Amino acid sequence: MYDTPASGKTAVTNEVKIAARKVNVFYGDTHAIKDVDVEIEDKTVTAFIGPSGCGKSTFLRCLNRMNDTIDICRVEGLIALDGEDIYAPSIDPVQLRAKVGMVFQKPNPFPKSIYENVAYGPKIHGMARTRAELDEIVERALRRGAIWDEVKDRLQEPGTGLSGGQQQRLCIARAVATEPEVLLMDEPCSALDPIATAQVEELIDELREQYSVVIVTHSMQQAARVSQKTAFFHLGNLVEFGETGQIFTNPHDPRTESYITGRIG
Amino acid sequence: MTLFAFLILFAAVVIGYILNLRAARAIRAGGTKLHSLDGFHGGFSALVTLVPTFFFIILWLMLQGTVIESMIKAGLPDGTLDGLGTGQVQLIMSEIRSIAGGRIFGTPEDWKLEAAERLVSLRSTSSLLLVVLTIALTAGLILLTRKTVRAEFRARQGVERIVLGLMVGCATVAIFVTIGIVGSLVFETYRFFEMVPFTDFLFGTSWEPQIPLREDQIAAKGAFGMLPVFLGTMVIATVAMVIAVPIGLFSAIYLHEFASPKIRAVIKPVLEILAGVPTVVYGFFAILVIAPAIRSFGTDLGLPIAPNTALAAGLVMGIMLVPFISSFADDALAAVPRSLRDGSLALGATQAETISKVLFPAAIPGIVGGILLAVSRAIGETMIVVMAAGLIAKMTINPLDSVTTVTVQIVTLLIGDTAFDSPKTLAAFALGMVLFVMTLIINIFALRIVRKYREIYD
Repeated sequence: MYDTPASGKTAVTNEVKIAARKVNVFYGDTHAIKDVDVEIEDKTVTAFIGPSGCGKSTFLRCLNRMNDTIDICRVEGLIALDGEDIYAPSIDPVQLRAKVGMVFQKPNPFPKSIYENVAYGPKIHGMARTRAELDEIVERALRRGAIWDEVKDRLQEPGTGLSGGQQQRLCIARAVATEPEVLLMDEPCSALDPIATAQVEELIDELREQYSVVIVTHSMQQAARVSQKTAFFHLGNLVEFGETGQIFTNPHDPRTESYITGRIG
Repeated sequence: MTLFAFLILFAAVVIGYILNLRAARAIRAGGTKLHSLDGFHGGFSALVTLVPTFFFIILWLMLQGTVIESMIKAGLPDGTLDGLGTGQVQLIMSEIRSIAGGRIFGTPEDWKLEAAERLVSLRSTSSLLLVVLTIALTAGLILLTRKTVRAEFRARQGVERIVLGLMVGCATVAIFVTIGIVGSLVFETYRFFEMVPFTDFLFGTSWEPQIPLREDQIAAKGAFGMLPVFLGTMVIATVAMVIAVPIGLFSAIYLHEFASPKIRAVIKPVLEILAGVPTVVYGFFAILVIAPAIRSFGTDLGLPIAPNTALAAGLVMGIMLVPFISSFADDALAAVPRSLRDGSLALGATQAETISKVLFPAAIPGIVGGILLAVSRAIGETMIVVMAAGLIAKMTINPLDSVTTVTVQIVTLLIGDTAFDSPKTLAAFALGMVLFVMTLIINIFALRIVRKYREIYD
């Protein structure tokens, strides 16, 4: 029924990168996330699946404190990156976001050239001292985003002029240019056609070698294809979390089974 | 009687609508399927009756005066008007008109009384004729459209076409008005340049718009060099923009990005009040508060400062333009999609970096457009400068001096008794033309910038 998970069945246990304990999120009076415990491993693709409005994107945005930009949003509980509480007062969300990169649902290149789009992060973090260094960082990021060959001759053209799939890979390149440790992806393929989706999925599999990747997806096939670990969210609860192979072939919770067989959603 | 004609038209529209609606309903009740809804059949009749009859009445009202007048003229005893100038003919006609209106001065000649009587009777005949023709026209149109009600008649398309025509008409009004304004301006300006050489006006450095009343009058040779006036406008506009642009932009950025909802709830309405203050009131503020303050400050520093200064007018005008620029900048910032801001923040950019490197560049077209429109307003602003900047045209760029502007000079030239054949009065039109061309260039420039740098977001 589903494609075989990339390497889910024989997962090696990696060290825990992000640990969440009893996380609750409120939007005003709405209780969006309820007591979520999850451990995200290093060098692993973790997929968040679940029906619309189940809180998977909200939870993802807690991991790099993007919810801080929403006034009415309140986060409780502990989220630790490498053992350090990211909501501690001593943590600067700006520095946190440099370590935890994010790719959004809709490609959102800046209205700047392709080069400037990728160079934006390295520039603001002072990662390059010379123009040559910056050039190198940009090229490396674009290569890692699997888009170098398509754009290398038109780096000065606006990033907004690329096709949707190219824009999304540009955004991935932009996110990896700052050398993050974790890459959060919020439905990165929902605006893409099947070919671009396949390219991005291939890219995610490559990125796993260096980063911890968390991907929110509506497509269960995609979760099965790219992830090693899968978390199923339903109505703000984390219903089940485990090896992707196990979740899709032998779910413990009846709600998970109902969802993956298409009965709820 | 005119009112009566309009009432008839109104009644005819309603009757036509109801008749056709009923007829369409009757056909539908008979089991036949109509192409258009019943309402469209009614609407078709109403519109077909309304539009031509309305224009007929308007045309009648516009032309009846001229036609009656020429009939009166033709009916005067032979040779009465022979050898008279247009002015004298007009005088006779207006005398006849006032006799017809019951205002008789002295003892007018018999032929005038006779003409006045004829005028009265012609007028009443005309009104009666108007009503009769309106009735005939509306009745004819109602009957005509009543016959169109058939199952296959495309009433909806008919109605849509008429409404489209009306919309086109409304849209072209702006074009004709523009042509009319430019035309009158160009015509009077041309007459001015027949009296004053073009180059004297454009490059002259002295502005003394007076003309000798007598041939041998001393020291009254006028000079019509627009440069000092133009320079005054530029000085004041520059001062205003130097004030308005930074304050407007920073207040917009603060309100949009940093202010808490509470602060925004206070400042936004205050800015709107500022935008609603009449310019005359700004003028008071300039004369009573700003100008004395500048003057006493200057005295403290030992600077001689004129009571009317370009600085005072420019400062107050700048304050006037702050809400203008800040609301444009606010709109432009709000139009930048949230995804760009999120994208930048997610890369670890601070809020300041996000604003200066992503939001601001993306909002630039809107902001520049707003600034250039503000420049147009600063150049065209009259009241504040009339009150605060003075009337003397000086060739200076010192903002502490008294200067005058193009608009102020137009006002002073057209105040009081004006003769439309003297260069003094016509100079106002030439200045108006300069102003028009200046703001036109700025607006074209603004539109081009906005179009060129506009980013397309989906």
